[in-house]
Amino acid sequence: MGMTMTQKILAAHAGLEKVEAGQLIEANLDLVLGNDVTTPVAINEFEKINVKDVFDKSKVAIVPDHFTPNKDIKTAQLCKMVREFANEKEIENYFEVGQMGIEHGLIPEKGLVVPGDVAIGADSHTCTYGALGAFSTGIGSTDMAAGMATGKCWFKVPSAIKFVLTGKPTKWVSGKDIILHIIGMIGVDGALYKSMEFVGDGIQHLSMDDRFTIANMAIEAGGKNGIFIVDDKTLDYVKEHSTKEYTIYTPDEDAVYDEVYEIDLSTIRPTVAFPHLPDNTRTIDEVRDIKIDQVVIGSCTNGRLDDLRVAAKIFKGRKVAKGVRVIVFPVTQKTYLQALREGLIEIFIEAGIVVSTPTCGPCLGGHMGILADGERAVATTNRNFVGRMGHPGSEVYLASPAVAAASALTGKITNPEDIM
Amino acid sequence: MKNRGRVFKYGDNVDTDVIIPARYLNSPDPEELAKYCMRDIDEDFVNKVKSGDIIVGGYNFGCGSSREHAPIAIRATGVSCVIAKTFARIFYRNAINTGLPIMECPEAVDGIDNGDEVEVDFKTGEIFNITKNTKYQAQPFPKFMEEIILAEGLVNHIKKSI
Ligand code: SF4
Repeated sequence: MGMTMTQKILAAHAGLEKVEAGQLIEANLDLVLGNDVTTPVAINEFEKINVKDVFDKSKVAIVPDHFTPNKDIKTAQLCKMVREFANEKEIENYFEVGQMGIEHGLIPEKGLVVPGDVAIGADSHTCTYGALGAFSTGIGSTDMAAGMATGKCWFKVPSAIKFVLTGKPTKWVSGKDIILHIIGMIGVDGALYKSMEFVGDGIQHLSMDDRFTIANMAIEAGGKNGIFIVDDKTLDYVKEHSTKEYTIYTPDEDAVYDEVYEIDLSTIRPTVAFPHLPDNTRTIDEVRDIKIDQVVIGSCTNGRLDDLRVAAKIFKGRKVAKGVRVIVFPVTQKTYLQALREGLIEIFIEAGIVVSTPTCGPCLGGHMGILADGERAVATTNRNFVGRMGHPGSEVYLASPAVAAASALTGKITNPEDIM
Repeated sequence: MKNRGRVFKYGDNVDTDVIIPARYLNSPDPEELAKYCMRDIDEDFVNKVKSGDIIVGGYNFGCGSSREHAPIAIRATGVSCVIAKTFARIFYRNAINTGLPIMECPEAVDGIDNGDEVEVDFKTGEIFNITKNTKYQAQPFPKFMEEIILAEGLVNHIKKSI
């Protein structure tokens, strides 16, 4: 019986020839990540463990991104605690305001995860790096503390669902539509405890940014990780961003999957997730007259260059609808700078949009664009739970940057095909 | 290890944003977090909950973010145990790592109503609905996890091996 991609990576990191679904293993870690919300809790636990240093100063990354630049005194205190810990332990990959970005945009950009790695992060969207053919998954603060102290983490080896992607997506369909379509199909617990493995020749039509978006939302289907096979695009990305050594794993021919789905990307329509769960999806053709108050384009799901470029294409020479507030937040400083150089920021500002510094901000209802009671937002983020972006009486509709931009121009949820 | 309490029952997909909304994550202090626990799904919860009470949920309890603040907040309200049909995986890890007892038992969830008096035995996995006089058996934990639970969390467990 063969192994899946994830199983092979885990076996290699546990020093085992072979692993099977359900087996409990302890794996060596290539990266342990935390942010300003989860790291303070981890620091308290780390101190209880009674070790002086972290296991490897180059393999721990801390990114204060949720409430930064600090939104109030309490969050300033949290960030101070994190900063002091990073200094004291000489953490090499600590990214201060000015160099930082949203962690899941920043980590790949800094080349800290490469194919074949095992990465854990005290943030659920750590699954994003599966786009690079790595095993990466979200854990809690105590796991982060244990990981920093020992360089190891316990895992139950997951079984897997295979998604065979074929065909080429149509013009306004992006990674976001594909993953919303999949979550709508299998449900928010459709991949509970499992790996989601993405294979098939449709993948060649997906940019790395599309793949990051898809892997990012594996957790919204309950998945332990999402992982893509490695191809030339992956390797180009890795060579551009990293000098780390990598290993390419491919699933065995006879690997066992719980389920196999074949998805023809050319049939996927722009897709929107209605409140209050990411699996409450409809295609854009089923959406009628939903008026909106705010549009948010950004986050670790859709704040990358591809996303900003698509949005700018739609906004170019146009103005946002009266009564709609639009916020764009690029995922990292580097993305921001490149968007500036390409003239995208100018397009946004001329359209009447506010461009924020990279931060999680509105995505988790932190700051920079909180919703009031009864307000509705279209967001390119990943969660639309009750109260996620502000008042429990507000509503979040999840969509692609193209749908979000088109909606900003009309004031209601809009198909980009209708205006372009 | 037996415990008895009144049940607060919720549906499927109780997410970490309603267990402890992000706007209260500016403090890692358990007592502070406990004040806002379940607020966006049940405003009255924190006023009514008593030490020993039990939360019952459906499928995918604790889905969403990795915030360990969620099991910490629940535990700090005095809740003794969460029973659900299934747990989201990060919440499951976090509960075990922070010492919040959890039990997976779909039959018990179907057979327990809001407000029922329930007794749980963490050792044997038995769930006894006193109000309805019915008994259920939860899935036992794998041995490795049981060791972490017995050590009252991952940190103590690791300390022993360092
Ligand atoms: S952008 Fe949103 S989903 Fe991503 S890490 Fe920040 S809060 Fe989490």
